[in-house]
Amino acid sequence: MLDAVRCIVGRDLLLALRRRTDIATALLFFVVVASLFPLGIGAEPNLLRAIAPGVIWVAALLSTMLSLARLFAADHADGTLEQLVLGAAPLGVVVAAKTLAHWLLSGLPLVLIAPVIALQYDLPQPLYGVLALSLLLGTPVLSMIGAIGAALTLGIRGGGVLLALLVLPLYVPVLIMGAGSVEMAAAGLDPGGQLLILGALLVFSAAFAPWAIAAALRISLE
Amino acid sequence: MNTAVRWFWFASPHTFFPLAGTIARVCAWLAVPLALAGLYVGLVVAPTDAQQGEVYRIIFIHVPAAWMSMFIYLVMAFWAALGLAFNTRLSGMMAQALAPTGALFTFIALWTGSLWGKPTWGTYWVWDARLTSELILLFLYFGFMALHASIDDVRRADRAAAVLAIVGAVNVPIIYYSVQWWNTLHQGASVSFTKAPSMAATMFLGMILMAFAFWLYSIAVAMVRVRCLIRERG
Repeated sequence: MLDAVRCIVGRDLLLALRRRTDIATALLFFVVVASLFPLGIGAEPNLLRAIAPGVIWVAALLSTMLSLARLFAADHADGTLEQLVLGAAPLGVVVAAKTLAHWLLSGLPLVLIAPVIALQYDLPQPLYGVLALSLLLGTPVLSMIGAIGAALTLGIRGGGVLLALLVLPLYVPVLIMGAGSVEMAAAGLDPGGQLLILGALLVFSAAFAPWAIAAALRISLE
Repeated sequence: MNTAVRWFWFASPHTFFPLAGTIARVCAWLAVPLALAGLYVGLVVAPTDAQQGEVYRIIFIHVPAAWMSMFIYLVMAFWAALGLAFNTRLSGMMAQALAPTGALFTFIALWTGSLWGKPTWGTYWVWDARLTSELILLFLYFGFMALHASIDDVRRADRAAAVLAIVGAVNVPIIYYSVQWWNTLHQGASVSFTKAPSMAATMFLGMILMAFAFWLYSIAVAMVRVRCLIRERG
């Protein structure tokens, strides 16, 4: 079973490495969106410091959502997905591995680049750790919930916009806890509570999301 | 064996069709007098509120609508889960028939809430925990209906929407509590939702009557819609 996970994750990473622009686009989108807010709102440092956690988290949400469409689409188009569904490895494990690969390609880069955006927004440096930690705990949840939506909208016309409508309301708790933890730390309070809840959401979705993704995939592929 | 057959007797759209008609008629005829009685109690009999004046009377629509909006989502998710588990055609139709009514009640709850908020709080919208989670519930209903509408094969649409409804039902309490926490963290809206501590018995009666009226209306409308769906799908 772990062999299957290793194999699928390795394959997805290798495929992404051969088409690097896909990852770069989502990451660039994140940076561009985050850079638009000061232009629209004004570059008042206090204001920017106040909105920074929210803006970074919303940008992370949107960027993750954009990259969801290609989670299953390419495999669906060339028939690989059907082979994976029919294969010996349990489908729940297969989709968990694919989601893990998606997070490594779209979530982890966000965690790494977020401090740079935080620098743009003049966020105090002690908060970088909390911001990175909240993204580290939260972005896998985004990938997992998003994968349910991606599996449900597989091969549907207008799937991209529909995916946003399905997935974004479900992202609300992660957004609140993620941005909340950074704001909490900015106010000089202990962000532990929010981070623990983010961790709980991560554990909860890691336990149940693969089932939902697998069920959704089976429905989409029949 | 005989009982097993009985259990699923009405699971067939064909046998359910006439029963749905009867239920729809009975519920509709019960809903009208209940709604009239509820409105009479609410608008005429119930005393004027000491603090809010006559404005508070909108709660006779608002509160039952908010109850129904949440309850219908759970019922919808229940039918969706049943449809996934037993692969019955009717369950998916029930879920599909309930969704528009649920969305309607969610919208009414938001609408009447903002009408109540303007004279009482001085603003149509506050980012109160209940308002925000009700808004997200409306998005969930829209997502369910949009997903169902965009898949051409109705059986596949039933099942895909069912997965979404169940995921949404698991998420609703998490969303509610996280929004509540967010609200206390921001401390933006200083208005509290708490009503007068003790509610007059007539007010409560009016609200209960309206809640039953809405309940019966929902059942009647869902049954009519199920009949249309049965006819449509053949």
